[in-house]
Amino acid sequence: MWTAPLALIGRNALGLIRYASGLSELTAKTVYWTFVAPFKGLGLKGRSAVHQAVLVGYTAVPIVFVISFFVGMVLAFQGAYQLEKLGATYFVAALVGVSMTRELGPLITAVVVAGRSGSAFAAEIGTMKVSEEIDALEVMGLNSVKYLVVPKYLAMVVMLPCLTIISDMAGMLGGAAFGAAQLDQAVTMYATATSEALVMKDISTGLVKSVVFGAVITTVGCYEGFSVRGGAEGVGKATTSSVVVSIFSVIVSDLLFTALFYYTN
Amino acid sequence: MRGEIEGPMIRVDDLVTHFGERRILNHVSLDIQQGETMVILGGSGTGKSTLLRHMVRLEMPTSGHIYIKGQDVCHMPDGKFNEIRRKMGMLFQSAALFNSMTIEENVSLPLRELTELEEPTIRIMTRIKLDLVGLSGVENFMPAQLSGGMKKRAGLARALAMDPEILLFDEPSAGLDPITAAGIDMLILRLKQAFRMTIVVVTHELPSAFLIADRMTVMQRGEIVAVGTPDEVRNHPDPRVQQFMNRVPEDEARDVQAYLRTLTE
Repeated sequence: MWTAPLALIGRNALGLIRYASGLSELTAKTVYWTFVAPFKGLGLKGRSAVHQAVLVGYTAVPIVFVISFFVGMVLAFQGAYQLEKLGATYFVAALVGVSMTRELGPLITAVVVAGRSGSAFAAEIGTMKVSEEIDALEVMGLNSVKYLVVPKYLAMVVMLPCLTIISDMAGMLGGAAFGAAQLDQAVTMYATATSEALVMKDISTGLVKSVVFGAVITTVGCYEGFSVRGGAEGVGKATTSSVVVSIFSVIVSDLLFTALFYYTN
Repeated sequence: MRGEIEGPMIRVDDLVTHFGERRILNHVSLDIQQGETMVILGGSGTGKSTLLRHMVRLEMPTSGHIYIKGQDVCHMPDGKFNEIRRKMGMLFQSAALFNSMTIEENVSLPLRELTELEEPTIRIMTRIKLDLVGLSGVENFMPAQLSGGMKKRAGLARALAMDPEILLFDEPSAGLDPITAAGIDMLILRLKQAFRMTIVVVTHELPSAFLIADRMTVMQRGEIVAVGTPDEVRNHPDPRVQQFMNRVPEDEARDVQAYLRTLTE
């Protein structure tokens, strides 16, 4: 039948719309319970947020550092490969500094955190859903968004920029290591070249993006967890798709914000 | 101690519910009086658990109403329902203890979060509730360290934490050995005599049902087929009720022609 492909497109589009509206509903609830409810005296789970901050932030420092260090080094390699032809290897530092702070620092951090913490959110909430713990919370009159999502959300929007700063620095260190070993640039000279090239806006736009990424990863991970159906298999599926969807959404929002910063220059 | 109310404690009025296209509850109406123990009987998939979940608003009906103490709970704001919900306790099929908390933290959670009580008072009340269900000395255990029967008891202690007027049980003896299940039955009987609570139990265990029920309801395919005292239900003329009481399997003889047709289609 010629209508079959149309039906397929329609079904997928409907699924997408349902997913998007579910996500925005959760976002609205989360924002309410994070920024509005505490001022109405409805409370905030501060201790739980600190606990989450340790889990998503502090324990991710080594992996974010190492990966960013290597990416910075790779950037320096690739940059030198082109710039050597022009005899402009001095600008390797600028290349690494600007690309790390504007783009790669936030992005690498977001990808690592989506894999580590976004999946953990989906698995945790999904397991609670399967074992009726979410229902038990609701029956007691305890809001599951306030108790489960808000602490993670707060932790993520605070810790992701912090991790991004570490990632930025680690990337530049990687570049400097390459510069010292391969281009005979002293570390001090590399640092000067970096600071000449960087402006405050490079760093700040990267940090703004990382806040958005933190919010996106939390919302997707938690939403996937809440939408778990069935048993252990459902939790597995939700965990996988939380990583796929959050990395996808991070890249889409990255594109949007980069375009926004480009045009509002 | 408790004010008498006019009319039934829980009134289910012409409830219809769909999951997707499938009709789960079909014009269900039921009155549950204050202080009585109502047992809802029925096979798997007859909608009895769904009916119970409606009473605590874990599900929303397509149409119809549920009145608790005369107030329509399906159409009221969350904040108002939270007030009613505090006077309701529910024991889930899987006990639904929070796996990341100790037994003591589980039972005291509603007290900590919903009341202004001092810490020592909370500790004493928690101890009392645990003693009440015959669980002393396991305060610092994690749920995973307890047997199925002990988890159920702990879940019941948590449901009792706020001194509910209405107590709901979803399959209290599911997954328990006969001796442990009998222990839970005795516990329900004791609670009923000691506190004059309104108790609703969903089960398919006939001996347990006849032991604890003041009145019982038999459900089949989303409809109520009989309501009455245990004797009335036992002698009910409806063949569907008798089938359930006498444990007669569903008729498996099918139309051979129709069956062959489904194979060749």
